[in-house]
Amino acid sequence: MKAKRGSRFSLRTREAINGHLFTLPFVIGFIAMFLYPFIQSIMFSLSELEISTEGYKLIWVGLDNYYNALFVNAEYPRLLAETALQMLRDVPLILVFSFFAAILLNQRFKGRLFARVVFFLPVILAADIIMRMESADYISAFLDASLAEEAAVQGTLGTIFSRGQLVSVLMYMKLPQQLVTYIVSGSEQIATIIRSSGVQILIFLAGLQSISPSLFEVAKIEGATGWECFWMITFPMLSPLIVTNIVYSIIDFFTIPSNPLVDFIKSNMFGGAGYGVAMAMSWLYFVFIALFLLLTAGLISRKVVYME
Amino acid sequence: MKRKHVIGFVIGALRFLVVISICYVILRPLLAKIVSSFMMERDLYDQTVKWIPRNFTWENYKAMYVHMKYLTALRNSLSFSLLIALLQLASCTLVGYGLARFRFPAARLIFALAIFTLIVPPQIIILPLYLNFRYFSIPFVLPKPGINLLDSVWPFVFMAASGTGFNNGLFIYIMRQFFKNSPKSLEEAAYIDGANAMQTFLRVMLPGAVPALVIVFLFAFVWQYNDYFFTGMYWPKAVLLSHTLDTAAQGYAHALGTHFQGHYISLLNNTGMILFILPLLILFGFTQRYFIESVERTGIVG
Repeated sequence: MKAKRGSRFSLRTREAINGHLFTLPFVIGFIAMFLYPFIQSIMFSLSELEISTEGYKLIWVGLDNYYNALFVNAEYPRLLAETALQMLRDVPLILVFSFFAAILLNQRFKGRLFARVVFFLPVILAADIIMRMESADYISAFLDASLAEEAAVQGTLGTIFSRGQLVSVLMYMKLPQQLVTYIVSGSEQIATIIRSSGVQILIFLAGLQSISPSLFEVAKIEGATGWECFWMITFPMLSPLIVTNIVYSIIDFFTIPSNPLVDFIKSNMFGGAGYGVAMAMSWLYFVFIALFLLLTAGLISRKVVYME
Repeated sequence: MKRKHVIGFVIGALRFLVVISICYVILRPLLAKIVSSFMMERDLYDQTVKWIPRNFTWENYKAMYVHMKYLTALRNSLSFSLLIALLQLASCTLVGYGLARFRFPAARLIFALAIFTLIVPPQIIILPLYLNFRYFSIPFVLPKPGINLLDSVWPFVFMAASGTGFNNGLFIYIMRQFFKNSPKSLEEAAYIDGANAMQTFLRVMLPGAVPALVIVFLFAFVWQYNDYFFTGMYWPKAVLLSHTLDTAAQGYAHALGTHFQGHYISLLNNTGMILFILPLLILFGFTQRYFIESVERTGIVG
């Protein structure tokens, strides 16, 4: 019976039918709960919304909302610029840190399991409700202040150097002024950066595990040092993941509900500037993110080594 | 040989130092929360109290336990997260498998769309979705003006079951990568024995996919449990831990008929946060070994 039914279609047709069937839930969901609201939101951003008892009504206003968001609203352009700058500062640091942490966690040492558990803890604990409360938390601020002498606020670097010492050491190394400022402001962000690197560490770690050991064996036989192995094997093999992680970090940074701009848009939706303007703000934000992603991914993926 | 020993020791010591410092940075806020949750209000203003409470008390826990409606909210949060996580797991696994194992023209497009849902910030579609759920109608089936689905579990069920919930694009991506990398021979054997695609998927492929399933399930569960943004939007009346935590301190003050100092509210909130993350910590404690090993075996990276 089965063979008979199977023979009615060619193998290729059957594969296509199965493929469509398996992906059907997503296709329906995508159209109904993503594409449709996505298109609606364009309309919303060009209209004023009026809610009455028997439904809602849109009044066309054209580009007014966009004009409002950009030129009338005092906060929005400032927040947008701030968020972008913060992202430019944090994402490279997150990448470097997670790359470094993954290599560290991939080595064999005592207590590795404990270290891994702790490193992934932020993934589990990164609840928006907790972040929201923490941003208004007196105790964290209070404890931080009382421990300021131990310089825990500045992360680990602070336990060895004070900010001033760090600056003078870096200046002594004849680093350019901008780089010094960057490193110092980064070192003050260490706690935030470590806490938002969990998923990225996971991705790099999985990548490290998938590099075939035989590559390293061959390199050893050829007399390569550990340093050379790193730059000739580990780094190029992980380079596609660097793109993945950059994209992930940027998206994560922009869409996390504790991001002040996301919060600002949400607060405008229910009160403040109103639905229409809030939607226009979201759209400007989205276009900004998309352009940014395209630009970075385009620039970096040229340097990437693909194995296939 | 000796020199190598010394170098090895120095590297080991440095690594130890770095690992310990990073662990400290991660654990410190958690420790600070735990410590302060046992303090009485006056310890907060006592300059000599840093890490060890002078007036040890359980009162904060008792108060938050009551005002977070802990048992009810915990039960609701756990069962709700479990339901949504299982639905997301089912839909994303199906879709991921479909994209990985069957060749058809639309596959690339569908995969690209799944990734696209990840990139679009949720606030772009939450408002239209909110209105669509408020006036929920289906063409030809449920006429306009439709029914109100807000303040119910349905918006979440619909989104989870169709793989369009929070970060589901990532889950589809993980499952697709996993199935792409698993060997084809088992499947072919099943087909030769006359199994259809669904049987093959359920009986042959799923048992081998446990590592990836665990990862996706844990992520889905934890993110749903932690969620405040979406449940606050579509189901504000739900008695979930993430909701009751938000208002518990104020509720306590209200019940006593007083106003609390900002510091004391933070103290209570910290205690509440401990209560909130405790179930997750326990879950993570049980599954961490599996979780970390799974990450390595799923080949998330392809």
